Amino acid sequence: MALLTKKEKGLLLDPLTDNNPITIQVLGICSALAITAELKASIVMALSVMFVLAMGNVAISLLRNIVPSKIRIIVQLVVVAALVIMVDQVLKAFAYELSKTLSVFVGLIITNCIIMGRFEAFALGNGPWRSFLDGIGNSAGYGLILIVVGFFRELLGSGTLLGMKVLGDPIAKTGLYGLGYENNGFMLLSPMALIVVGIIIWVQRSRNKALIEEN
Amino acid sequence: MSDKRLTFKKRLHILKHHYRGKKMAPAFNAIHTFLFSPDETTHSGSHIRGADDLKRTMNTVIMALIPVLLFSMFNAGYQHYSAINGFPQNFSLFENFLTWDNLWIGIIKVLPLLVVSYGVGLLVEFIFAVIKGHEVEEGYLVTGMLVPLIVPVDTPLWMLAVAVVFGVVIGKEVFGGTGMNILNPALTIRAFLFFAYPTWMSGDKVWVHGAVERAGGPDAISGETILGFLAQNKGAEFSYSVSDMFFGFIPGSVGETSTFLILLGGLFLVFSKIASWRIMLSAVIGALTMGLIFNGVVDAGWISEGSKFYGLMSFDFWKHLIVGGLAFGIVYMATDPVTGAQTNRGKWFYGFFIGLLSVMIRVFNPAYPEGVFLAILLMNVFAPTIDHYVVRANINRRLKRLKNAVILPKDSDGKAQELKAETV
Repeated sequence: MALLTKKEKGLLLDPLTDNNPITIQVLGICSALAITAELKASIVMALSVMFVLAMGNVAISLLRNIVPSKIRIIVQLVVVAALVIMVDQVLKAFAYELSKTLSVFVGLIITNCIIMGRFEAFALGNGPWRSFLDGIGNSAGYGLILIVVGFFRELLGSGTLLGMKVLGDPIAKTGLYGLGYENNGFMLLSPMALIVVGIIIWVQRSRNKALIEEN
Repeated sequence: MSDKRLTFKKRLHILKHHYRGKKMAPAFNAIHTFLFSPDETTHSGSHIRGADDLKRTMNTVIMALIPVLLFSMFNAGYQHYSAINGFPQNFSLFENFLTWDNLWIGIIKVLPLLVVSYGVGLLVEFIFAVIKGHEVEEGYLVTGMLVPLIVPVDTPLWMLAVAVVFGVVIGKEVFGGTGMNILNPALTIRAFLFFAYPTWMSGDKVWVHGAVERAGGPDAISGETILGFLAQNKGAEFSYSVSDMFFGFIPGSVGETSTFLILLGGLFLVFSKIASWRIMLSAVIGALTMGLIFNGVVDAGWISEGSKFYGLMSFDFWKHLIVGGLAFGIVYMATDPVTGAQTNRGKWFYGFFIGLLSVMIRVFNPAYPEGVFLAILLMNVFAPTIDHYVVRANINRRLKRLKNAVILPKDSDGKAQELKAETV
């Protein structure tokens, strides 16, 4: 017996490509712009959202038959808030510097449209196992874009990857910098993140014409 | 001679037929029609043949830019040697300015910028034409000429190449190519350079060739611009006269310095009806207005001499027009027919705010005392909105006139029916 049925596999893998929450549904853009200047911050953000979304999806799925639909939004908020506070506290305890970099954006995971979107669209109507897979899949799709954007922004903007000077030392003028290369300061500004996301969307849709919406 | 040309033309013509319908066809067509007007005539119906096509328009602007380019090549050398040896005591145009030494600096510093700008820009255009399968558009001809004229003389060539790729792809091609862009591509390129590599686009070194590489050494020279001095409240430290500023013997971006030649180019564009005099005039009025307001603030004593805005605020209002890139921006950039306002009334607003905002940014942002490119880009974004309101206002005015003139059909209550915009 296969570990996952075909539908379950789809739940996990579709959000990575043809149903990506950022590039196709265009949700969760704010955090993608705000914290992707460094690859490390992107990875931590991706993992945080993955934890919140997977656990939240399971919790909402378990509660789905008990909670009256009139107050479901409040219940959802309580669940997300609890999970986000957990993430925030863990980061502050074990990665204080990083939590400073991410600042309010960890707290703002609460308002990330992807999370409420998956609760409403999926967890309220499906069992816990499928909701878990859906949560993992969607947050992985979100994280994938974050990491790609973070990779290019850190590499071209600061010349580093995860803090390592991969292109040489800009002050001692070694490596590429010896040849006159310079970091692109525009990459560190949020507008460039939007342009990078835009280019990813462009590339994805020109490779798969079926994704282009009709006007 | 004519024989040779014919054979070359014929050869291109055969080549073009050979490649018809194939992938590289647009590239060959572009070379063919760039050099010669095509032989083919239209096959059906009658057509009016206009001489003022896009290529002619573009070439007129380029002609207006040629004197500026030549001047800038000499000025690159003049500023370089003056920074080293001091400015000549008795300035003579032919002995001090139009010299081979000066021109040589221009050839090794300014021409490469031009070559890179055209080479990279046209390459991107060719690639897009081949991918998309449409004809190569002439849109880059003017942009390619403008780009080297609005950057500092010591801009590294690879940076310019990166910026040109960015400007043409993100600034123009993603919107659908020539004629569809929202922002002026040349200014998009400059904005990219400015935010990506600020150390090469501002400060007191890059504006004069040699100042960067000599920095910190015993033979260091200054590359400070007039606006740079003023932004640091050091207005007394430069010795440029008003005629230096007007004729352009001052440091600055490559082609922006000579207000005189820009003015001649502007007149040429106005009389050949390529550029809008409304935009130029209203931008000048806007700049003067803002300058007068700032001068008024200083005269009224509302600002102390120690204030960091004092230097630029107390600068005579009319001198704002002859230093920095304001004149160049107004004449060659603000008048871009694609990104500017289209309606005549809209052009007045559009131009006025370009002038106003340019001087305002200059004064209030001492980090980089040049706001022309930001002002034009901002107004590029607002141009469609301005046009929209001008058109709406016109419709409403005509509706009002119509209401007074026509006896309206009455509905069942005996009340005159409301006239709606859609029915007119």
